[in-house]
Amino acid sequence: MATATIANSTQSTSPMIAMEHVEKWYGAYKALSDINLTVRTGEKIVLCGPSGSGKSTLIRCINHLEAYSKGRILVGGVQLGESAKTIDAVRREVGMVFQQFNLFPHLTILQNCTLSPMRTRGLSKIQAEATARRLLERVRILEQADKYPAQLSGGQQQRVAIARALCMEPKVMLFDEPTSALDPEMVKEVLDTMISLADDGMTMIVVTHEMGFARQVADRVIFMAEGSIVEEGPPAEFFTNPKHDRTKKFLGEILRGH
Amino acid sequence: MSGQELLFLLSGLKWTLALSAVGFVGGAIFGLLIALARTSPNKTIAKAAEYYIGIFQGTPLLMQLFVVYFGLPLIGLRLDAWIAVAIGFTLHASAYLGEIWRGAIQAVPRGQTEAANALALKYWPRTRDIILPQALRISLPATIGFLVQLIKGTSLAALVGFTELSLAGKFIANQTFRPLVVYGVVGILYFLICWPLSLYGARLERKFAAASR
Repeated sequence: MATATIANSTQSTSPMIAMEHVEKWYGAYKALSDINLTVRTGEKIVLCGPSGSGKSTLIRCINHLEAYSKGRILVGGVQLGESAKTIDAVRREVGMVFQQFNLFPHLTILQNCTLSPMRTRGLSKIQAEATARRLLERVRILEQADKYPAQLSGGQQQRVAIARALCMEPKVMLFDEPTSALDPEMVKEVLDTMISLADDGMTMIVVTHEMGFARQVADRVIFMAEGSIVEEGPPAEFFTNPKHDRTKKFLGEILRGH
Repeated sequence: MSGQELLFLLSGLKWTLALSAVGFVGGAIFGLLIALARTSPNKTIAKAAEYYIGIFQGTPLLMQLFVVYFGLPLIGLRLDAWIAVAIGFTLHASAYLGEIWRGAIQAVPRGQTEAANALALKYWPRTRDIILPQALRISLPATIGFLVQLIKGTSLAALVGFTELSLAGKFIANQTFRPLVVYGVVGILYFLICWPLSLYGARLERKFAAASR
């Protein structure tokens, strides 16, 4: 594991995301402790772990939805600091998909997708709508473009959320338990969309308990517990030969359900 | 009551509506600023807005009108009665609307702000395009409820010499010696304005409750 990390960091291309000794405190509670994580361009990472293990907090630090307390985070070479300027620069490059979709309920599907490109990237309405239609087509939901989010099923809403994030042409996509709020029959359509995104070479960090997805897509699976990275490795190794007892216990619990 | 007397009451009603409109428009503009200040990430601004709301919600409107109309001339600032009541009602309405809208802004789910942040939307586009349209919907029933209060509250302008509906009623009652009839008519006029608004507010509330299911 240690050698793999060094091999990554010594590659000629600079990493897309680098987290160095990152800590996150909520008052006296330590939510993240000494997180070191390097993500190469095009790499797909699956983060798993019991609830409260800090996996959501970790990815929310990457686009500064949570401020980290110590250490250093670099995204695409930009050090994410406290200044609004670096936060803005990073958020333009990092897309995020939430568990609860968080579509804007008062805007149509198309408006959800065009708002930020028009406001933050200065695209004209025509340009933004052309991009939005292309990406809605890609998540196979273009025919719903003029509806409002509440008129769509959960799976459809989550695919729109993916398209909305893609409209910003991000370099990295973060997924925070994207299928946890969905009815079982809608999980597949969202996972399929994510798989097709992965096949196109998107850099992705996915917090999920969908181990089938991890096996199929992940370059590395990372297991977290109590705010720390406990174990990481390629899925084949991670699932068949977990090293730590904590990982074995977690996998035992989660795979029993499948 | 003669037709002429009724006409006099209606001219009073006209002033009542004009005062309500001035108070509501002025209150809405400043109330929006107060609500934004109250929810500002800047703690000093938020605190200042909190005190503003506290002062104008915590003192009677009547006293505020007295201070503006009779108090300011004592320091050499003589205001036209219209300007004085416009300022008084604006201060009063902005404090209440500011607090109503503060609550509505905070009632917009956190995920909306997070999604906007994740999309790199900065404060103004985030507030204008995402938060305020949703907050306005949430606040509509309470806003209409306050408008009804404001319309009835304009009767206090009588005390600085405005012949709005209540004062017009008093004049006619004194003239005709039939206070029960005259005030009855005055009450019906207020009711005819306020009741449809209340019904409309209740309807909106039901509509939004149904939409959020």
